[in-house]
Amino acid sequence: MPIINDNGFFDIKNRENGLEKALIMTPQDIVMEIRESGLKGRGGAGFSTGTKWMFAMQAKSDQKFVVCNADEGEPGTFKDRLLLDEYTNLVFEGMTIAGYATGATKGYLYLRGEYRYLYKKLQDHLDDMRANKRLGNNILGADFSFDIEIRLGSGAYVCGEETALIESLEGHRGEARNRPPFPVNTGLLGKPTTVNNVETFADAYLIMCNGGEWFQKHGTNKSSGMKLLSISGDCKVPGVYEVPFGITVSDMLALCKAENTKAVQIGGASGVCLPNDQFNRTISFEDIPTGGSIMIFNESRNMLHILKNFMEFFVDESCGQCSPCRIGNLKLLEGIEMIENGTCSLSHVHELMQLGATMQIASKCGLGQSSPNAFISILTQYEDEIFSNR
Amino acid sequence: MLVFEKNSLTTEIEALIKKYGSNRTSLLPILQDIQILHGHISDFAQQEVARILDIHPVEVYGVITFYSFLSIEAKGKYIIRLCQTISCDLAGKASIAKVLEGELGIKFGETTTDKKFSLEYVNCMGMCDQGPAMLINEVVYTKLTPHRIVEILKTYK
Repeated sequence: MPIINDNGFFDIKNRENGLEKALIMTPQDIVMEIRESGLKGRGGAGFSTGTKWMFAMQAKSDQKFVVCNADEGEPGTFKDRLLLDEYTNLVFEGMTIAGYATGATKGYLYLRGEYRYLYKKLQDHLDDMRANKRLGNNILGADFSFDIEIRLGSGAYVCGEETALIESLEGHRGEARNRPPFPVNTGLLGKPTTVNNVETFADAYLIMCNGGEWFQKHGTNKSSGMKLLSISGDCKVPGVYEVPFGITVSDMLALCKAENTKAVQIGGASGVCLPNDQFNRTISFEDIPTGGSIMIFNESRNMLHILKNFMEFFVDESCGQCSPCRIGNLKLLEGIEMIENGTCSLSHVHELMQLGATMQIASKCGLGQSSPNAFISILTQYEDEIFSNR
Repeated sequence: MLVFEKNSLTTEIEALIKKYGSNRTSLLPILQDIQILHGHISDFAQQEVARILDIHPVEVYGVITFYSFLSIEAKGKYIIRLCQTISCDLAGKASIAKVLEGELGIKFGETTTDKKFSLEYVNCMGMCDQGPAMLINEVVYTKLTPHRIVEILKTYK
């Protein structure tokens, strides 16, 4: 199943010789090119990739690492699966370019356990790259050596958080670390580590092929480039779409032929729920940022049921390390169950809203900081529907 | 556990450690392989891994219990994991769950008495555009219908 877009970035003519071009540049020039492109992290947080690579390049260490975060666990996202499956080369060579630019010698692809069926194909691809001197010692004759190892996850959503992922790579429980220090300084085994999303590496590769200026021409000023969206839920044509940043939600819904749409959940379970009177808003870092998960709900759907599903997910996946997340998510889920059986007072709803806001501030990592988003946005937007039977 | 079984497990773990290295960073790949080969990681296996890697057995136990794909209790030969997250839920997960329970005669979280099938839920497995979806060990099945479940299970029985 290909990416749905006729003339997108991932079109064949746009992706030749990225690694060859990068290896005749200096690491500084590569970092400048990536900075010029305005590429921001495709996992959803949107940190400037060029800046991240610059920090890693400037860090002094006897060893540095590159890590590709393929722990695609956010509900409703599957674009990385498609990139790994059908555009493998872009991802691995993007990692190799990052290794060259930052001075790393070793790369890890952290593949979620649910995608184990891709493991052999990816491993074969790495073997081909080694045979063709595109990986290993003196890549393409240059004074640069780099290799990539695939590590599998074992079914823990929180390992998509970069410091939890690093803990997992080190053989520990996937419990997030405090940041700072950031991985670019103190990452895997205490060494400078560049962690990027699968799509970020693929985009970085495409920038090497076509230049930062070409990339910058797409999207908006603050969100350059194209974005892959994983669209699922109530629409006629679900799948992976490539769209320019700045697209309105209603244009996106037209693309996938969604009808009678009541709400769109943008950014997965940890994202926000957008009701249909706000469909003129845009997918971009300046308006609604997303790692690519788009879930569409039509008029027939019960929003409380959807919210309950999200909160069950977070209760399941909270690592339990910090109490705002461990207990907070449980309390929010209990609240939803009380609303369901009509035993939740309005004042308790107010308390839960405040609890959600506290979790956003007090949780240690992104999981607990973002898990109340859906609770707060769905209860606020759909108050009438949810409390009509109260 | 019989002595010769223990010895063969130790040999197996030594081979895995030789393959992945004897650093702490190799712990997860080692445990993942034991899980696949034996369907769980027994007390004895945990102690042996800890002994050879020179870490405390509690560290090994802590790692196993953190990850949902690793287990200390014996699971069935085939682990069926049905996606329970919202896109698959809206696509009809509940009816698939009922058919699975009915066909296997067990509830979610249980293993059949012949140790052939375990039934579990999994959180979003990235097949949201083709739901309902499930994994049987590492094989993915998408666009499930009650009738297809019957056909799929036949191929494993």
